[in-house]
Amino acid sequence: MTPELGQLALILALLLALAQSILPLVGAWRGNRALMAVARPAAAGQAVFVAFAFGILAWAFLRFDFSVQYVADNSNLALPWYYRIAAVWGAHEGSLLLWILILNIWTVALVAFSQKLPEVFASRVIAVMGLIAVGFLAFIIFTSDPFGRLLPMPGDGADLNPVLQDPGMTFHPPMLYMGYVGFSVAFAFSIAALLGGELEQAWVRWARPWTNIAWAFLTCGIVAGSWWAYAELGWGGWWFWDPVENASFMPWLVGLGLIHAQAITEKRGSLRAWTILLSIFAFSLSLLGTFLVRSGVLTSVHAFASDPRRGIFILAFLTIVVGGSLLLYALRAPKVAGGKPFKVVSRETVLLIGNLMFAVAAAMVLLGTLFPLIGDALNLGRVSVGPPYFGFLFPLLMLPVVLLLPFGPFLRWGKGDTPVLKQVLLRAGIAAAACAIVAAFFVDGHLKAIAGVASLVWLTVGVLLYAIKRWREVPRGRRYPAEMAGMLLAHLGVGVFVAGVLLSESLSVTSDVRMAPGQTQHIGGYDFRFDGVHRATGPNWRADQGVVTVTRDSKAVAVMHPQKRTYLRGQVQTESAVDAGVFRDLYVALGEPMDTGNIEGAWSLRLYYKPFIRWIWGGGLLMMLGGFVCAGDKRFRIKRAAKTEAAAAGLQVQETHA
Amino acid sequence: MTRSLIRMLLVMLLACAGMAHAQAIEPMPFADHAQELRFQHLTQQLRCPMCQNETLADSNAPIARDLRNQIFQMMQHGSSDDEIKQYLVARYSNFVLYDPPLTAGTWLLWFGPLLILLSGGAAVLLAIRKRSQRGTVATEASTDNALIDSTPTDNGDDW
Amino acid sequence: MNRLLPFFGFMLLVLLFGFGIWWNTQHDQNAIPSPLLDKPAPAFNLPKLYEPTQTVSKADLLGQPYLLNVFASWCVECGVEHPVLEAEGPSLGVQLVGYNYKDAPADAKRWLAEHGNPYNLLIADEPGHTAIDFGVYGAPESFLIDAKGMIRYKHIGPLTPDVVARELKPAIAAMAREAQP
Repeated sequence: MTPELGQLALILALLLALAQSILPLVGAWRGNRALMAVARPAAAGQAVFVAFAFGILAWAFLRFDFSVQYVADNSNLALPWYYRIAAVWGAHEGSLLLWILILNIWTVALVAFSQKLPEVFASRVIAVMGLIAVGFLAFIIFTSDPFGRLLPMPGDGADLNPVLQDPGMTFHPPMLYMGYVGFSVAFAFSIAALLGGELEQAWVRWARPWTNIAWAFLTCGIVAGSWWAYAELGWGGWWFWDPVENASFMPWLVGLGLIHAQAITEKRGSLRAWTILLSIFAFSLSLLGTFLVRSGVLTSVHAFASDPRRGIFILAFLTIVVGGSLLLYALRAPKVAGGKPFKVVSRETVLLIGNLMFAVAAAMVLLGTLFPLIGDALNLGRVSVGPPYFGFLFPLLMLPVVLLLPFGPFLRWGKGDTPVLKQVLLRAGIAAAACAIVAAFFVDGHLKAIAGVASLVWLTVGVLLYAIKRWREVPRGRRYPAEMAGMLLAHLGVGVFVAGVLLSESLSVTSDVRMAPGQTQHIGGYDFRFDGVHRATGPNWRADQGVVTVTRDSKAVAVMHPQKRTYLRGQVQTESAVDAGVFRDLYVALGEPMDTGNIEGAWSLRLYYKPFIRWIWGGGLLMMLGGFVCAGDKRFRIKRAAKTEAAAAGLQVQETHA
Repeated sequence: MTRSLIRMLLVMLLACAGMAHAQAIEPMPFADHAQELRFQHLTQQLRCPMCQNETLADSNAPIARDLRNQIFQMMQHGSSDDEIKQYLVARYSNFVLYDPPLTAGTWLLWFGPLLILLSGGAAVLLAIRKRSQRGTVATEASTDNALIDSTPTDNGDDW
Repeated sequence: MNRLLPFFGFMLLVLLFGFGIWWNTQHDQNAIPSPLLDKPAPAFNLPKLYEPTQTVSKADLLGQPYLLNVFASWCVECGVEHPVLEAEGPSLGVQLVGYNYKDAPADAKRWLAEHGNPYNLLIADEPGHTAIDFGVYGAPESFLIDAKGMIRYKHIGPLTPDVVARELKPAIAAMAREAQP
């Protein structure tokens, strides 16, 4: 299995992608069914070749084929097999290949589940997916070949960046890319709708489950990344507003807006242009993220090694795809505001406000992320924009969302009931205020923590009130359709998330301490006893491993083993020890021996007590779950089946036209 | 020549990577807990000049250590947070501030989101007004499905 | 027209990114322009590397321009810069002052013995406090300081023959022209 076969497979995949994109588009335009029929087999063929190329690269890693430059750069003989698999996407070239593979997974899923869509529409959607694949395949073939040879072959390779040698990091990129690339489906649907121009809303219903699933995967990827940063980087933080994090957060925010806008468009026919625009934006921001991370225009801790040539290529691709689709939008987007009218007090209004806030938040993140670049352009000198900026503006923008969220489900489409809203306001408000007062006694007057408790109660009671209302008013079996259950879960997740953020930020205790063996430190009600440091070894690292015994009121709580690892090639990496709990995390990171070289003496350690920090990821996972549950709604499936006749009818119309 | 250069670059890269991911842990003899909190808060808002994108609190670069010590000393001598920031800005420029000060140049940064919010809000208001004035609102789900779909939703309650 | 707004907004972004790519080929992303340019150099009083009992202050160096070169034995890039200093140093027309930064004197001396010593004068800042006043954040860095003690030019990172020819020498020439009348 020579690596050159992989390269060949990529080239063949590119040719198939060209066929998959151009022929069906021409076919849909001329009404030629034979050309449209190329879409599905071409997509399947492309996927086979891409999977083959990916397999060859993975095989090269498993077989230690250091004659491949990429393998030699990112693995060595001592790297365990599971990290050699993860190393496939450990650097630029391979992660791009993963991107393409995942694009193909989505395309194949689309091919499989779009049998019942109108033929013209489906072939356009698949063709747009093919166009995206063309760009990325050309990118990898012309600028970032993962199969390049290294001759003479070295006896051993370098190493996978130790930061990436962690289970969290293994899953982070695939999940994240599932989300990024997943938005390409919503994008392809809306482009196909623009091309078709028949002003039909049906496409929104077909696109909804795809958008929900993509968004849920993106949520999962972001949660995994955040958890990894917390557990691995040793600074105890979970989000830093780094350009790379922002690059994943912007499509998430826009995707969130899109999910809600799609609900309006599907059910009421309004906001069609906005939904199309958001579909374009969500995917454009995913592409933009790829550009930011790989072009090196911004400095970040996590960016890939950059190369201006790559930057120019992605920029050109971005310009064609996004610029082209925005032009198409300008020409073909529905010009007349359609759909059913609504009153000021209605579900449409709150969803619109939510959409506005998500869009403004995404724009704010974009502005803050790019401002250092704008600063260079305007000759302002080097400017840094970081956590204080985002951390100040983002909560302000999300405040209306949190305040309005409990009312959303209670509001009816078109015209809402004011008395019901007052009741919700009264009940949730009183509950939140009461709990906030009680909490104030426990949290030492920390305003942030009180706000955390209040928002948790406000949001949870809001969700529960609606769940109870459904329970009472709707007959069994029809109470909680998946779409609604998913919504309730995700909204509950928001409450858990907000509480986790505010409580952990205000109540965390951090301390850098010097500890000699046998010494004890008291932090957050726990006693941390340092029991010295000994040597430990792993498959490809050796470490100084500390032993810290934690007790509370003389009762044993945990024995923790923070490590300071030195990998084969000399890279130093700390492995923090975390004792996880529902209500608090204990976290210990090992610093350095106070007396250089004497590991048996005193060490510097960082001790954290982090209450409720797990709720941040718990909330994120609930949102993710909500997204998946929503997508499973029967309504989406059954409608598609019911569409078959309409689709056939549509095709006949098409043919008579042609 | 090229080979040695590549090896050197590799060594540098690894050295940087090593530095970047071993976090900074330095016990300091703070006067009291309040001062420790103030120190943690301040160093979280300042950027290490040498690193890719790290705070002074998190960075393990030599200069970050020196600057943390300097900040600690200044705190012992009673300097305020603003004085410490001024001290650093005078030497390392505004680059060290993660919270860029409001100047003519950063006006766009700080007020841009507000401008977007206002114009977006105006557009939303306009849309709501336009829609709410158009005819009477259909209150029953069953009467208004012509535009979207011929079949009502499964749960019979168009929620 | 409204429908074209997103397109134009996006084109602005493309322009910005294009600019960013170009800018990064011209500028070192790790270099932060010093706010001390065209301002008086900070006062300092540092021991000589070879005679630690004697100190050199800013006042001692007034009256003649000099290039203050921050280096250290632990700094990999200084090894790249060193041959350039050896080759170009004598022809610069200014004193070359070596500023040994956060280094054990023994290491520094060994390093100089191995690589050669192009400096007219060597001062040592082992604790690195004075370096903060200069806004030094790594090595190598070079400051061109004129006869009145003003910082006229700063380069961050190794001096290469290209940087010497395109930036340093013109800066020295400009300084000399000003000092002429």
